Amino acid sequence: MLNNILVAIGITLMYSTPLALAGQGSVISEVSGVVNIGIEGMMTIGAFFGTFVGQRTGNPWLGFLCGGLAGAVFGLVHAFASVTCKADQTVTGIAMNLVGPGLALFLCRLFYDGATQSQPVDHKIPTLFPSGMLHGAAKNLNVSWTTIIALLIAVGMWYVFYHTTWGLHIRAVGEHPAAADTLGINVYKVRYLSVIASGFLAGLGGASMTLGVVSQFSPTAISGQGFIAIAAIIFGKWTPHGGYLACLLFGFFTALTVLFGGSVIPVEIISMLPYVATIIILILFVGRASAPKANGVPYEKGSR
Amino acid sequence: MESKGRKFLKNPFVLTVIAIILGFLVAMVVLAAAGFPPLKSVGILIKSMVGKPKDIAAVVVKSTPIIFTGLGVAFAIKTGLFNIGAEGQYMMGCVAAVAAGAVLDLPAPLEILAVILAAVLASALYGGIVGVLKAKIGIHEVITSIMLNWIALYFNNWFTNTRLYHKPATIGTYPIHESAYTMVLYHWKKSEAGRAVLKSNDFLKQVLGRNDINMGFAVAVIAAIFVTWLLTRTKKGFELRSVGSNIDAARYTGINVSKNIIDSMMISGALCGLGAAFYITGQSPHLLNTLSATENVGFNGLSVAFIAQSSPIGCIFAGLLFGGLLYGGASLQSQVGAPTEIINIVIGVIVFLVALSVIIPQFLDKHVRKAAPKTETVGTDKKKGAGDAK
Repeated sequence: MLNNILVAIGITLMYSTPLALAGQGSVISEVSGVVNIGIEGMMTIGAFFGTFVGQRTGNPWLGFLCGGLAGAVFGLVHAFASVTCKADQTVTGIAMNLVGPGLALFLCRLFYDGATQSQPVDHKIPTLFPSGMLHGAAKNLNVSWTTIIALLIAVGMWYVFYHTTWGLHIRAVGEHPAAADTLGINVYKVRYLSVIASGFLAGLGGASMTLGVVSQFSPTAISGQGFIAIAAIIFGKWTPHGGYLACLLFGFFTALTVLFGGSVIPVEIISMLPYVATIIILILFVGRASAPKANGVPYEKGSR
Repeated sequence: MESKGRKFLKNPFVLTVIAIILGFLVAMVVLAAAGFPPLKSVGILIKSMVGKPKDIAAVVVKSTPIIFTGLGVAFAIKTGLFNIGAEGQYMMGCVAAVAAGAVLDLPAPLEILAVILAAVLASALYGGIVGVLKAKIGIHEVITSIMLNWIALYFNNWFTNTRLYHKPATIGTYPIHESAYTMVLYHWKKSEAGRAVLKSNDFLKQVLGRNDINMGFAVAVIAAIFVTWLLTRTKKGFELRSVGSNIDAARYTGINVSKNIIDSMMISGALCGLGAAFYITGQSPHLLNTLSATENVGFNGLSVAFIAQSSPIGCIFAGLLFGGLLYGGASLQSQVGAPTEIINIVIGVIVFLVALSVIIPQFLDKHVRKAAPKTETVGTDKKKGAGDAK
């Protein structure tokens, strides 16, 4: 029994980590007032560059960082489109979702002799304790360092959002950019940095999948996690802590499907559980979600 | 007075064409950087899309489902909703089409009608769930749509493996009955006389013999015209658009907002369902397979709608472009060795640039001096310039 519970916790943490990282990316962008539906594409490009650098250099940490940076470059492009050019953010986000995986697979085929899978990395990002140090059921709690990083980032984001001037600026810019502008906050700068950070975190999320959970890049390594992260953030009412908990919950339902898979109920039906449960919880407990007021609205200097 | 050049650059159609050309240019840069001959590659891509009658016919067939999902998404955008659930609605339509077509065995016209009706109903209801949850409980349509997309994927896999439908020793279901096929002249093609004609006429052989040319494309064109008419010429369309543009104003004038949100999602879903119906009835293999990931027919519809800037008629052309690139991308890989994923980069760049192109008219008004009018308009221009500077 205890063993089962620990297994469930272990799987929950493992599956929720990429979601949690990407989810924090979604939060910071949306709270600053820029819809970022391109999280999925940014995760995929982060997953590829993370694996590629990790595999070629043999250093998973360097790969992890490069995954984040690749996502940040996409974030910069999205920021340019949505802040400077005031383009429709949903549309440019979808463009990110086409270019991200397209470029990732294109490069993968170039560097890995036409295969859509990369070679596996020699070293994954290490787990909390060296293997062999823990025994018995406790082994299940030997999570990857990426899981700890995701938790720290969520706590850090919460602190920044609610206890620092920077966080106040980000929230102000997303709620009422004109008022923020009057107070001398540079709306464009805050939004640019938020969206770039969003891409960086999404890239880390993608790399955490291919360097922490599995050990290679493949076309299905990132398949929908970005969208689920966005959904989790809406579920968490656009807050870092709410979003993190929603990602954990989603990871927990995924863990349940792993644990109960192959029993009396067909595996396909069990696999629906995380998605059905999310909808039911939304119906029962959440109700009307209130997005940041200026979310998705480009800011034109001088407008009210 | 606007100069000709300025007017030309403000035309959304012209801007879209420029975006498409730039999309190809970016692809050429990427290909060149990767060591493939850029001009030759694009030449092969275009030639394999429109080179032979067979290719054009194949492109039309390939495009039909994404034109429908594009129409569905465009319709939703016009009414203020973002239907990212087109993917799931399309999949449920496919499931319903096979559910009806593999079991029912009616004479041809009735069978076709039954299959189409089943697909359209299933997709409309699936879209309706999103509408009800948004209108009655206030759950964001994007979150429910994403969840329903995944549920549809697993539902498809569960359905494919049910005892009634699963064809042993395959990963798929039994195909639907032949009486539900919507290919043009399907029976004639297989008859003695038909085969003789196809053998002697190369054009017909390429178009009809080598392809599943079906009625879907014609229906898609009719659907696009119908959607345009519904949105712009009817009271219902006016209500739907009112809810989309200003929900509070619409409520204040007595429009039933909830009902219109639900209706809009159902119509959007129904259009995706039509695409599913003509995919299952009009193209091989006429059955469902177990899927490891979504096939992106719905997601590609999003791109189609965006490139068309939500114009229903525009969706036909954007869909043909997208379908053509998907079809041509395959020969790019076989002939030049360039990865087919370059197609996704082309489409992504086009979508991105179309989104950016909306700023060009504003940019021209603000920053580029108007073609110096010499008479009384000078005064008003100056005034406008002063206003902008503020």
